[in-house]
Amino acid sequence: MPDLDARAFDGPALDGTALDGNAIAGLLHEVFGTEMTSAIGTCASCGATGPLAECVVYLRAPGTVVRCRRCAGLLIVIARVRAMNCVDLRGLAALAAP
Amino acid sequence: MAGTAVRGRLTWQIATVGEVIDETPTVRTIELDVPGWAGHRAGQHLDVRLTAEDGYVAERSYSIASAPGEPVAITVQRIADGEVSPYLTGELRPGDELELRGPVGGYFVWDAGGAERPLVLAAGGSGIVPLRSILRDRQRSGSGVPARLLYSARSLPEVIYHDELDGYRDVAVTYTLTRRQPPGWTGHAGRITADLLAEVAWPVGQDPVAFVCGPTSFVEHAADGLVGLGYPPHRVKTERFGGTGGR
Ligand SMILES: Cc1cc2nc3c(=O)[nH]c(=O)nc-3n(C[C@H](O)[C@H](O)[C@H](O)COP(=O)(O)OP(=O)(O)OC[C@H]3O[C@@H](n4cnc5c(N)ncnc54)[C@H](O)[C@@H]3O)c2cc1C
Ligand SMILES: [Zn+2]
Repeated sequence: MPDLDARAFDGPALDGTALDGNAIAGLLHEVFGTEMTSAIGTCASCGATGPLAECVVYLRAPGTVVRCRRCAGLLIVIARVRAMNCVDLRGLAALAAP
Repeated sequence: MAGTAVRGRLTWQIATVGEVIDETPTVRTIELDVPGWAGHRAGQHLDVRLTAEDGYVAERSYSIASAPGEPVAITVQRIADGEVSPYLTGELRPGDELELRGPVGGYFVWDAGGAERPLVLAAGGSGIVPLRSILRDRQRSGSGVPARLLYSARSLPEVIYHDELDGYRDVAVTYTLTRRQPPGWTGHAGRITADLLAEVAWPVGQDPVAFVCGPTSFVEHAADGLVGLGYPPHRVKTERFGGTGGR
């Protein structure tokens, strides 16, 4: 099975706005109630697996976007709606807590 | 997986600014008195929240610069046109209050007494901050884990914690200066290269672990280089601060 943190990334060019899962450690903790950057996700598009910390993250108000480092597929979208976080995990085939 | 909406459990709290220390002309360390701080691990960060009078809110992450067991401190580099860092480095005074939550993160962390793998630390600019916590923790805990640091900075005056880093007797510190080198500089110049990484990084056979931190472009470059040397991707831990590193 390929690595989610495979360094080859053929998605959109990584610019200065591309961060990684560490940048949303606080947000993920808020959403899941526990530390999640070391949780292992499986990409529903390409099957890559790896820690959320190594995924590509874009912080764009009002939504945070998490993409697969291997195929650029959308893994997680978190949108803040009236002080509530709406979380879309459909891009993940699996998420194993650390 | 199904979508969910869960209420948060990590709480924002008010810290009080203690001492502030100018590290370089654009970088300041801010000590923080955080009531009930439960302690942190080397490499973790905290989130800072500024709220303007009109209710506008800006949140940013800052790595914890101090070792576990030491008072909480962050080290912030001023980004000239930034929203948050000019306030933290220019306006905040001892005794002021600052809203934050943390510590957070459990991946880009190093525990003294954990696996005894030789450490390769690679920093670009302010990416040295969490690595400094690791180095201090290693020192304070008397860990004998071999460590090497590769630090890419724009110029010598922009090297953060310079004296402290040079003071480690058992850590080989290699600098590379990307923009300006002082007269007579015999160290490395320019972006890190595969050759430089090969020189600094422990051979793969020693089962090392690498922590790479800094501007996104630096991290991509250094992590690619280490994987190119044969480091398994899961032994190259990365943390991207954003920005281009000004190159
Ligand atoms: C996990 C994590 C840990 C971090 N730890 C630290 C730390 O210990 N010390 C620290 O100083 N910063 C750290 N950062 C970066 C910090 O969170 C902010 O992004 C930074 O202070 C800029 O915020 P700002 O509001 O001043 O600038 P913004 O208003 O957000 O940005 C202004 C402009 O500067 C550019 N920019 C943003 N960030 C950077 C950067 N890092 N370098 C160069 N240009 C940039 C932007 O693209 C934009 O054009 C960390 C980031 C993350 C994700
Ligand atoms: Zn994928």
